[in-house]
Amino acid sequence: MIIKILGSGCKKCIALGENAKAAADAAGISAEIVKVTDFAQIAAYGVMSTPALVIDEKVVSAGKVLSVSEVAEQLAAI
Amino acid sequence: MHVGGKTISEVFKWLNDQLLRMQWLSDLVAWLVRDGFGLDPAGRLGGSVHFFIYDVIKIFILLGVLIFTVSWVQSYFPPERTRRILGQRKGLGANIMAALLGTITPFCSCSSIPLFIGFTSAGLPIGVTFSFLISSPLVDLASVILLASVFNWSIALAYVFVGLVLAVLGGSLISRMKMEGHVEAFVFNSPVLASEDGHLTRRQRFEFARDQVAEIFGKVWLYVLIGVGIGAAIHNWVPEAFISALLGQDKWWSVLVATIVGIPMYADIFGTLPIAEALVGKGVGIGTALAFMMAVTALSLPSMIMLKRVVKLPLLVLFVSIVAAGIIMIGYFFNAFGAMFL
Repeated sequence: MIIKILGSGCKKCIALGENAKAAADAAGISAEIVKVTDFAQIAAYGVMSTPALVIDEKVVSAGKVLSVSEVAEQLAAI
Repeated sequence: MHVGGKTISEVFKWLNDQLLRMQWLSDLVAWLVRDGFGLDPAGRLGGSVHFFIYDVIKIFILLGVLIFTVSWVQSYFPPERTRRILGQRKGLGANIMAALLGTITPFCSCSSIPLFIGFTSAGLPIGVTFSFLISSPLVDLASVILLASVFNWSIALAYVFVGLVLAVLGGSLISRMKMEGHVEAFVFNSPVLASEDGHLTRRQRFEFARDQVAEIFGKVWLYVLIGVGIGAAIHNWVPEAFISALLGQDKWWSVLVATIVGIPMYADIFGTLPIAEALVGKGVGIGTALAFMMAVTALSLPSMIMLKRVVKLPLLVLFVSIVAAGIIMIGYFFNAFGAMFL
């Protein structure tokens, strides 16, 4: 599974990345966390507010830092 | 009833002086400077120390309260919703709406590019997007209250009005010039994410507002300290003759100099207000001070470099020229008629 964090590298993006990693670890999913910082690439997902979370190329949230349990919910839904 | 009316206006004046201008804080700091540091608050060093401590504390208090309140309101207008509202309008109405929404949409210069792409790819005219991009950093609810605190209500309201007019006219002009060809092609090809209308609970709004306060505080505190520091220096150490020679009311170039100096600078209104305050205290025209503030907040080198990634040079130059010209006109206007406001 590939989890992408879209954002310019701000504090919130780092926090979201950490939460995503923790959620994946807790669920026993081996996930690769990829940080996307290039504006053009972020825009290619249609995202207007960062940080955004992309799981297997699907945008699941934008503009907020999901907590570990919120990321876990998203992981379970996929 | 005459007595009642007078009482109400006195209550309002008291609220204004104590809550907004924080007279109590000024008195408290004056006492501290005099009895604590043994300096004369009216003197040169004591005056600077008083200006610095009083302004820093005042701005930090207002900043905290205002960002929280404004963010709460903003949580009702995520960019996706703004885009939908704007998509329903056409022509000048869309520009006016964009300028108004620019004042309440959560937005910092770091998100201007995704916003620009998101609006444009959804089919909004670029002129409408530019109305939004001009008004967003220039006019927000927090800056209005701060202006009212430092100067007065009529200046604050006049500032909002001319800021909105600049955003509407600037965006409309860009629409008129048919600059769509000067937007990088990938912008139009970006997908439009179906907007999820995530309803927030009160708790989530509270958390959003709290996080905004922490984030914005972390970003601007240094600028506030620098701004107030420069303000304190201007206040008591830079000779008035020097400032009036450069930026005095009677000098035709004053607004021009203030705008050109302000454009490349990157700071927000919280950092620039104390400088404007000190300049006005030194006899600089209110129009010149406002032009400086607007130039610093609306345009900056970092934001231009970011915009350059999505628009081609001619459009960028047009955008900067329109905004700069507008700011200069506003400056001269306030210098000519500012006496009405002070």
